[in-house]
Amino acid sequence: MIWEIIYILLGIGVAFNVLASIGLLRFPDVYTRLHAGTKCTTFGSIFICLAAMIYGLWKWHVGDKQMIAITIHTFFALIAILLTNPTGAHAIARAAHRSGIKPVKAVVDDLEGKNV
Amino acid sequence: MLAFIASTVFCFVMWLLLTFNGNFWQTDELVAGIVMACIAGFASRKILVKDFKLANPKRWLFILAYLPRFFYEMAKANFDVAYRVLTGRINPGIVKISPGLKSDVAITTLANSITLTPGTLSVDVDEEKNLYIHWINVKEEVLKKMPRDYKPICSNFPDWARRIGE
Repeated sequence: MIWEIIYILLGIGVAFNVLASIGLLRFPDVYTRLHAGTKCTTFGSIFICLAAMIYGLWKWHVGDKQMIAITIHTFFALIAILLTNPTGAHAIARAAHRSGIKPVKAVVDDLEGKNV
Repeated sequence: MLAFIASTVFCFVMWLLLTFNGNFWQTDELVAGIVMACIAGFASRKILVKDFKLANPKRWLFILAYLPRFFYEMAKANFDVAYRVLTGRINPGIVKISPGLKSDVAITTLANSITLTPGTLSVDVDEEKNLYIHWINVKEEVLKKMPRDYKPICSNFPDWARRIGE
């Protein structure tokens, strides 16, 4: 039962990470690629981290006391991903716009000409 | 001094959590932790603790109340982006919103929430704390008026960010 839950969570996580890599190939420019690269990888990583945390909790519950360390460490890794992933995407997008890359097929660009 | 104590306690709690291995900590672990926490707390006191707004327990309750709503929006965002990855239907643009927030904590919370939710990615922020957002599927009704309505872009996240950080 526990193994099934872990496999399902891992499957969902890997599926979203695959979607992110397909998005990286299909989208036309750096901004839309960042959409795929930030949202889908963060969401996929949440599920993969959940699977690792459930595995650690289960091992801890059946008597392997030091496996609780996996749960705690994965939890902090998850918080780090949730904080750094949008920050990195923000930095890349800002640098791209400052170096003059226009969004492809844009219907509106309020930022145009503001920071050159 | 208060900033030093707060960051040292934070570092020590992190040390305790990261070195926990199922049994109670050994004495040498605790002593090494206190020494390390003092060094790290002294080095990071000006980075970790800017003011004491987050010491208010009301803000932590707001953060806890915000998380379920945020994860719901985030799940919706992922299915939206997955749909656009598979079909390639995009209508992108960069829009400017004025959420009217002042503090750094609030604007950081808002920018990170926006990046992780439906089809939006914060690109830049200017001196008046206006956010420039790359939106993957620009709706027609937002383009008509110039101080853009932020409701269709990021629902009521600015209100939550105001409660958490202002």
